Amino acid sequence: MLKMTHLAKVYRTEVVETYALRDFNINVKEGEFVAVTGPSGSGKTTFLTIAGLLETFTGGEYHLDGVEVSKLDDNARSRIRNEKIGFIFQAFNLIPDLNVFDNVEVPLRYRGMKSAERKQRIMDALERVGLASRAKHYPAELSGGQQQRVAIARALAGSPRLLLADEPTGNLDTQMARSVLELLEEIHREGATIVMVTHDPELAARAQRNVHVIDGQVVDLAEDPRFHANAHLVGANS
Amino acid sequence: MFGYYLDLAMRSLKRNRMLTALMILAVALGIGTSMTTLTVLHVLSGDPMPGHSQQLYAPQIDPQGADSKTPDDEPLDQMTWIDGMNLLRAKRADRQALMTGGAVPIQPDNAAIDPFYTKARYTTADFFPMFEVPMLYGHAWRGEDDDAKARVAVISAKLNEKLFKGEDSTGRTIRANGADLRVIGVIGDWSPNPHFYDLNMGDYAKSEDVYLPLATSRDLKMSRSGSISCWGNGSDAEEALETESCIWLQFWVQLDTPAKAGAYRDFLVHYSQEQKVLGRFERSPNVALLNLMGWLDYKKVVPSDVKLQTWLAFGFLVVCLVNTVGLMLAKFMRRAGEIGVRRALGASRRAVFAQLLTEAGIIGLVGGVGGLALALLGLWLVRKQPDGYATLAHLDLPMLAFTIVLAICTTLLAGVLPAWRACQVAPALQLKSQ
Repeated sequence: MLKMTHLAKVYRTEVVETYALRDFNINVKEGEFVAVTGPSGSGKTTFLTIAGLLETFTGGEYHLDGVEVSKLDDNARSRIRNEKIGFIFQAFNLIPDLNVFDNVEVPLRYRGMKSAERKQRIMDALERVGLASRAKHYPAELSGGQQQRVAIARALAGSPRLLLADEPTGNLDTQMARSVLELLEEIHREGATIVMVTHDPELAARAQRNVHVIDGQVVDLAEDPRFHANAHLVGANS
Repeated sequence: MFGYYLDLAMRSLKRNRMLTALMILAVALGIGTSMTTLTVLHVLSGDPMPGHSQQLYAPQIDPQGADSKTPDDEPLDQMTWIDGMNLLRAKRADRQALMTGGAVPIQPDNAAIDPFYTKARYTTADFFPMFEVPMLYGHAWRGEDDDAKARVAVISAKLNEKLFKGEDSTGRTIRANGADLRVIGVIGDWSPNPHFYDLNMGDYAKSEDVYLPLATSRDLKMSRSGSISCWGNGSDAEEALETESCIWLQFWVQLDTPAKAGAYRDFLVHYSQEQKVLGRFERSPNVALLNLMGWLDYKKVVPSDVKLQTWLAFGFLVVCLVNTVGLMLAKFMRRAGEIGVRRALGASRRAVFAQLLTEAGIIGLVGGVGGLALALLGLWLVRKQPDGYATLAHLDLPMLAFTIVLAICTTLLAGVLPAWRACQVAPALQLKSQ
C-alpha cells in the first residue's frame, strides 16, 4: 500500500543542508495499522506529510498503492489525496466557518460528487462517529473529542484506502483519547490501512506494528547502538 | 464547483465585514469615478451616424488668395457659394448636400401661439437620405424642388407637435419669414450628437426644427447664421455672399467605397487645378477628404479637458485597485491555514485559485453596482454644469453593462496576485504550524 525506498528529504539553505529524512525505508501493507514513533524532530511528521503527498521529497522512491508518485503533477497528487488518503490531525484542522456537515463535505466537494450521494456519505460518516445529531453545529460548539471525531468523519467520508493520523489524541484528555483510539481500531478492523504518528507509547502499543524513527531514519531498536548505549546507562544507574 | 465557490466566497466575505466593505468601497470609488468621465467621453466622442459614418465625407478645398495663407495651412473647412454649387452640380459622389444654418421667425396660424424664432437648416435634397433622417410623415423634397426654389419645408416632430398637435401635417402650410411654406414631411426622432454636419452651430447643438431648400432660403432672404470668413476683397454682406470670396457653406458627400473616396479626392485636386487655370484659385491644389469621425477629430470636438479627466480617473481606478490588491492579499493570506486544510483534503492549486478568484469576482460585482450608483450621481452632477454638452451626460445601456463588466474584470485582475500567492501556500507547513 505504502512503500518508501531510500527516501530522502533535504532542506537546503545557502550555508547548510539539513536531512529531515535519510535513507528512509518503510513498507506498509494493505490493512495494516502501523504506529510511527520517535522523539521530537526525528522526522515523523515529515514522513507523514510526504506519505500524504503534501510535500515532495529529495531522493529515493515512494510508491503509493502501486503508483510511483514523484513524477505526478499537482492535479494528480491532489486527486490521489482526495480519493485515496484520509488525514487526521492533532489540531483537528476543522474549518471554523463551516458547520459539522459542511466540514465533512469538503473532500467530497473536490471529488465532484453529486449532492444526494454526498449527503448520504456525510450522514453515514457522522453516524459512525456518533455525531449525526451535531451536523448543524459549528466546531467552536463542540468539545475537543467531538471535534476530532468530526475530523475522523471527514477523513472517512471519502472512503480512503489509507488513513494518516498525526498525533490524533495529542490534544485530548485521557477519556476522549481512549474513545478516539477505539474508533480508529474499529475502522482498522473494518479493513482500513492506518499509519499513525505518535509520541505516546501506550497508543503505539495498540497498533499492529511499530516503526521507530530516529534522526530521519527507520531503526530497529534492538540493533541500534544508540539504544544499546542508553540501555547500558539505564542499567548502570539502576 | 462554481456554486460551491460562490457559497464559500459569500461566507468569507461575511466573515470579515470591515475588510470586505473596504475592498468594495475601493472598487466602487474607482469604478464610479472612471465611469463618470468615461461616459462623458463616450457621449462626446460617440459616432453620430453609427454604421454609416465611414461613407460620409467632408470635402475641403483651398480657394484662398496666395497672400492670405502660409504653405502649411490646412484647406478650408467651409465652402464658398461658387465652389459649393460647382461641386454639388458635378454630382461626382453617391450623394452630396450643401447647406447652412439660420433662424427663421414662425408665425403660427393659431392665434393662441405667439410668433417665435426657431432654428432652420437650408440644404439640398440629398441631406435627408444621406444622413438617414427618419420621416414620421411625408417625405423629403427632391432635386427638382431645389432647382425650382420650391416653397416647401420639412419640420421636426417637436415643431409639428407645437403647431399641429402632432397630427400628420403634410400638405399644410407654415408661415416662415413672411412666406408660406408647404409642409411635405415631418421628421422623427433625429438629433445626431455631435452636431457634425455644422459644428459652427455648437458642437452638441440640437438638430433644427425647419428644413427648406437652400435655393429657396436664398430666394426668400432667410436669415443666415454660423461662421463666415472672407479674404481679399470679399465682403460678408448677405447680398454679396453668392459672388464674393467668402466661405460660409457646409458641404458633405457620401462615398460608398474607399475607391470612390480615392477618386473623389482626385476630383477635388483636378477641380482645384481647373479653378487655378481659370484664375479663381491662386495656390497649388490643397485638398482634404476626411470621413465623419476623422472630421470630428480634426475639429477637436471632444474637449481636451474631458480626455484629461478620463485619464486621471482611470489613474485613480488603478490606485483603488492597487489598494484592493493589498487588502485581498491580507485577507487571503490570513486564510492560509484553511487553504492548507483544503489542499490536504484534495483541493488542487487550480481549485484554490478558482475559489479565491470567485471571491474577487463577487467583490467586483458588488463594487461595480456601487460604482454604478456613484457614476449615476457623478453624471447628475455633470448635468448641473453649464457646459454645452452637459445635458448629454446620461448612462446608456451599453455603458451600464460596461460598468459592471469593467468592475468585475478589473477586480479579477486585482485578485490574480493575491489568489496566486495564496494557492502557493505549502499545506504541510500550514498544518505543521497549527
